[in-house]
Amino acid sequence: MIYQLDFWLMVILVLFAILALEVRDLLAAVGVLTGFSFLMALLFAKLGAPDVALTEAALGAGLTGVFLLLALVFVGRESED
Amino acid sequence: MKLFAIILIGILAGFVIWGTNDLPERGDPGSPASTGVSTYYIENAYTDSKTPNMVTAVLADYRGFDTFGEAVVVVAAGLSCLLILLRRRRREDGTEGGLFSQADAEKAARMAAGKGLYGDDT
Amino acid sequence: MTSRFESVFLFVVARAMVPLIQVFAFYVITHGHYSPGGGFQGGVMLAASIILLRVSMGDESYERFPREAGIVIAGFGALAFALLGFMSMLFGGNFLEYALAVPGMGADELRYWGIFFAEVFIGFLVWGALVAIYDALETGGVE
Repeated sequence: MIYQLDFWLMVILVLFAILALEVRDLLAAVGVLTGFSFLMALLFAKLGAPDVALTEAALGAGLTGVFLLLALVFVGRESED
Repeated sequence: MKLFAIILIGILAGFVIWGTNDLPERGDPGSPASTGVSTYYIENAYTDSKTPNMVTAVLADYRGFDTFGEAVVVVAAGLSCLLILLRRRRREDGTEGGLFSQADAEKAARMAAGKGLYGDDT
Repeated sequence: MTSRFESVFLFVVARAMVPLIQVFAFYVITHGHYSPGGGFQGGVMLAASIILLRVSMGDESYERFPREAGIVIAGFGALAFALLGFMSMLFGGNFLEYALAVPGMGADELRYWGIFFAEVFIGFLVWGALVAIYDALETGGVE
């Protein structure tokens, strides 16, 4: 167990989550959300769950970003609120 | 208002962090997650199904019905996405009726005749 | 999608990447017994390879992987998995209990192959469903 790695991964994870909510540009929000999923996969792999990590890396960091980008083509990249 | 939301989130996060004190240690053999049926899986997964990866044995064999429901959910998501977007496209074409309209009947006839699923442009 | 290819560089890189992604996806599906992975993850990787093909090749990818194929593959996977599961119920067993359906093999051997085919069918199902969702989002919502 490397407690420092756990700690900093979780801190960066929370920062990414807040950033994905607060950023104005929706394209940047999609990028930050993809990075969040990637860090989440790293954390799962470190916690000893490689199956969940593989699912998170393939779905969260891969396909969800593609689908969200495809949705951005229709709604535009400017945030409303 | 935003300050109130931040304070509320802080209080709730404090409660959650306080509540984690009651969680068992990681890998504790006496915790509820380790004393139930999981010991049976850990001891018997290889002899039951010759599968070294225990997660796969649980997902596809012991909990196979659960996986089947998950699969049905995925297929239903794909089908409903397809149907909803087809309706929206038909509404923009001006040929939208009820849920099962004339256009649906024509679509079904086209599909039964082996034509394209997406309309005239295929 | 007006031009033949969206970008020459994207096309060349995707052309090199797609077979590698697919080979690794089949490895993940079929080695679910021994390594992390399984049908779901491998199916997602297969769908990602097809979506890379769609993004890089534009309209030409519909000749290689038609738009109708996604939902057909998903339906095939779901039906095959359902048949695999309910087959043993016809012989009086439970869901996915093969020992009564196929006599002559050991119970653990049967469960091994049952897990294998279940993973393969789940892989087909996820692959087809995700490609169908992508195609519906890309083409069904516009025009």
